[in-house]
Amino acid sequence: MIDTDVLIVGAGPTGLFCAHQLGIIGLKCEIVDNLDKLGGQCIELYPDKPIYDIPAIPECTGEELTNNLIEQIKPFNFKSHLSDRVQEIKNENERWIVKTSKGKEFLTTSIIIAGGVGSFEPRKFPTKNCEKFEGKSVLYSIKDKTIFKDKSVVIFGGGDSALDWAIELSKTSKVTLVHRRDEFRGAPASVEKIKELQKEKKIEVLTKFSIKDVKGNETLESVEIKGDDGEIKSIKADYILGFFGLIMQLGPILEWGLNIDKKLIPVNTENFETNKKRIFAIGDICFYPGKLKLILSGFHEGALAARGCFKYSRPNEKYKLEFTTTSKSVKDRLGIKE
Amino acid sequence: MAKIKYIEHSGKQHEIDVANGLSVMEGAVQNDIPGIDADCGGGMACATCHVYVKEDWFNKLPQKAEGEDDMLDQAYEPSPSSRLSCQIIVSDELNGLVVHLPEKQV
Repeated sequence: MIDTDVLIVGAGPTGLFCAHQLGIIGLKCEIVDNLDKLGGQCIELYPDKPIYDIPAIPECTGEELTNNLIEQIKPFNFKSHLSDRVQEIKNENERWIVKTSKGKEFLTTSIIIAGGVGSFEPRKFPTKNCEKFEGKSVLYSIKDKTIFKDKSVVIFGGGDSALDWAIELSKTSKVTLVHRRDEFRGAPASVEKIKELQKEKKIEVLTKFSIKDVKGNETLESVEIKGDDGEIKSIKADYILGFFGLIMQLGPILEWGLNIDKKLIPVNTENFETNKKRIFAIGDICFYPGKLKLILSGFHEGALAARGCFKYSRPNEKYKLEFTTTSKSVKDRLGIKE
Repeated sequence: MAKIKYIEHSGKQHEIDVANGLSVMEGAVQNDIPGIDADCGGGMACATCHVYVKEDWFNKLPQKAEGEDDMLDQAYEPSPSSRLSCQIIVSDELNGLVVHLPEKQV
């Protein structure tokens, strides 16, 4: 069991800067995120898009912002636990035991939820019948590509994942690529490659079609697709793959007994604590009168929540505001030698 | 100002006066109309304010924003009449606009 002062749920800019604030005031923290990398929405949704409203940074991309925040918290050597998700919590002697979906256990005094709009999960086919084949012949990610050898694979989507896998699998499988419109949003080079493969008849491309139904009893047999003009086609399929990007879901946090209103968690604005003692919420997921869903608001909220955690971790100490410019102990924590 | 009619998937209708300059998404969210989630808050970074606009109105709306179709690829059951409601900005010309909400957003 990992013992810590604070467990931060969510490694977006708000969670990362909150870790910095915890480090500055001398608390320990661990960070858990469902994505395989730090940065949250900034890195997953808009790594290349410029952001213009970070104080004192006239322009930076989501990726640059993330890298700078990672650099900023480096001195504290906090550990992050990626591709993992908090599952359940239990109150024990004024502390929380937190279990993750991968089976890790934390013993923490406080929890700070910086989960944005939820954890990222693949968007699934809207077709109800797909559920019974899910994980077997209806897949949203690929772990072992050898299972597709010499099989008929129907891939849905128009982004990089769909195109890259269509190109890769066309070497060993019979691939049909289905997309809802003529244009693909994947990298231009991949789009070119797809067109080439189509010309060489190594891949079939059907555009302006979307899924209608899947057929098969025990095993998947075929997939029915419907065109914009109403035309219906049936394609023999051993596997169907869907790459429709990621959606955000609150997931297990909903079961923690927190007040939740329209997917947001109400907090007080003094320390961003929720209705549950020692659970805080900051960033896009929290709500209070006047809330702005901006990164800069998340920074402020994280700074105050960190001080809120201090009271619980050091009940006998009085919190004293220290400046990074002058405080010797803060400089020590930052590893700055004078 | 424009009167906008939001029709839920169940058929339930909401007619709302939305001020010029707001998006059709904001008009829904500020008036607690269920069926539009707007997870990203209007940044065109998700596809949870997805609506359908029938042909008569679709062609009268300003063109889709760059990247809007890329996000719509990731919406729940997109169709040729799909739009992201955060990208439709309200003006007097949109008075009477009708948008249909999908069965769900995620």
